[in-house]
Amino acid sequence: MTENRYLLNAQLAQMLKGGVIMDVVNVEQAQIAQEAGAVAVMALERVPADIRKQGGVARMSDPGLIRAIKEAVTIPVMAKARIGHFVEAQILQALKIDYIDESEVLTPADEECHIDKTQFAIPFVCGARNLGEAARRIAEGAAMIRTKGEAGTGDVVEAVRHMRTMNREIRQLAGLPSEEIMGFVKANGIPYELALEIKKLGRLPVVNFAAGGIATPADAALMMQLGCDGVFVGSGIFKSADPVRRASAIVKATAFYNDAEKLLDVSMDLGDPMPGQSVASMAGEERLAGRGW
Amino acid sequence: MAADAGRLGVLDLQGGVQEHLDHLRRIGVAAQAVKRATELEGLAGLIIPGGESTCLARLLDIFGLSHAISQAYSGGLKLWGTCAGAILLASEITDEPPFLGLIDMAVSRNAFGSQLDSFNRVVEVPAVAVEPVPVTFIRAPKIVRVGAGVRVLLQLDDYIAAAEDEQILVTVFHPELTANLAFHRYFARKCGLTPSDNDAANLDPDWTPQSWMRFAHHS
Repeated sequence: MTENRYLLNAQLAQMLKGGVIMDVVNVEQAQIAQEAGAVAVMALERVPADIRKQGGVARMSDPGLIRAIKEAVTIPVMAKARIGHFVEAQILQALKIDYIDESEVLTPADEECHIDKTQFAIPFVCGARNLGEAARRIAEGAAMIRTKGEAGTGDVVEAVRHMRTMNREIRQLAGLPSEEIMGFVKANGIPYELALEIKKLGRLPVVNFAAGGIATPADAALMMQLGCDGVFVGSGIFKSADPVRRASAIVKATAFYNDAEKLLDVSMDLGDPMPGQSVASMAGEERLAGRGW
Repeated sequence: MAADAGRLGVLDLQGGVQEHLDHLRRIGVAAQAVKRATELEGLAGLIIPGGESTCLARLLDIFGLSHAISQAYSGGLKLWGTCAGAILLASEITDEPPFLGLIDMAVSRNAFGSQLDSFNRVVEVPAVAVEPVPVTFIRAPKIVRVGAGVRVLLQLDDYIAAAEDEQILVTVFHPELTANLAFHRYFARKCGLTPSDNDAANLDPDWTPQSWMRFAHHS
């Protein structure tokens, strides 16, 4: 990827700021998402809640489905490739979607290597639980970061944990005297040059969205108030009782995340949220966020 | 004129808000983010930034902002739409109903293809700048027709990339994503303001792709 192409890709993510990216599994859902004001859709065969329930190996979705969704909407279309599965990424690039999510929600194809994203012209978003993970993905060529959260649970606790962790580590780094930087980057696995940039900026050098477990307008606003630039909502919309109303409410809550009166207004009469599953009750191996490093 | 009349606003619902605020800071113009109808009062001009136009349209509708913008426009407010903002201002959108419909032109949404077709280019826009201007197109629309009262500022290949009428400026590209300040100075002057360093070079050597982060919210 040329430097110029990388910048264009990071700038597309900038244009999504303050917006909601929604998981959709068919054309009808994609149209509902666009109509509700989503800034992009994530096209996939199964939402994370169903991937969890059904088990088995989760792979890149059928490109035919992704293409049908791409043709049905004007907003950007994203799709997931397995961690390390650079051929799935090649196929998605050939399909000319707008963004690839190298995602822990799918079963990893490689437990040692993530995709070398610098080899692609298409942009990538990657999940992270902490500053080191975010920095390693950026060094590999990711043009956008999201918290991992715990997808498919409707429990926001992990997204909060990951965002707070990133914020805390950025604050630590920003406050370090120069001679302590090398020890900090060694302990956290952060590329040194990138650490200097993050220290100077006081934040990640790319757009950072919240993802994983967001199910209500209040969840979305919570993540925005914690400093995220926008939100992904996976199972939270189409696994709820009234996806149309909920999608619209989450879009409004993300734009007006700091306005309690408007949050009150949009939170009313939405019907049941997705049922959800408490992350605290889950065994370690059930958790997706531990995939990748 | 009231002191207030010297301010510009940037519509702050979704998209490239901070990027415009940073460019306005660089040209020494007072600026503010606009989230509510009441915040339009006293503005000389409003920038409707890039983002996703369907999202912006939904958010404008629900809280009465689109009505307030149309009213302020009738009262003399100048407007500049970049990319999605240009789509919202157009009187005609291919295959769908228009939204604000304040400038006589037709746009075709997302007319270049996917993100892989986004690009940069350097163009000559004599009305706006003496020297060439770098411009960034991200999943950009094309202006395919303009009415008699609309002046073309930049024609490229088979489409119009920038145009204006008395009160409205539209660009399908993103001047706020480059180091070049020419279009922001041009809009400020169109709004009756005097940008600082009016004669200085338009390319700001201090700008970086992360400059917008100065205006990003932090926890």
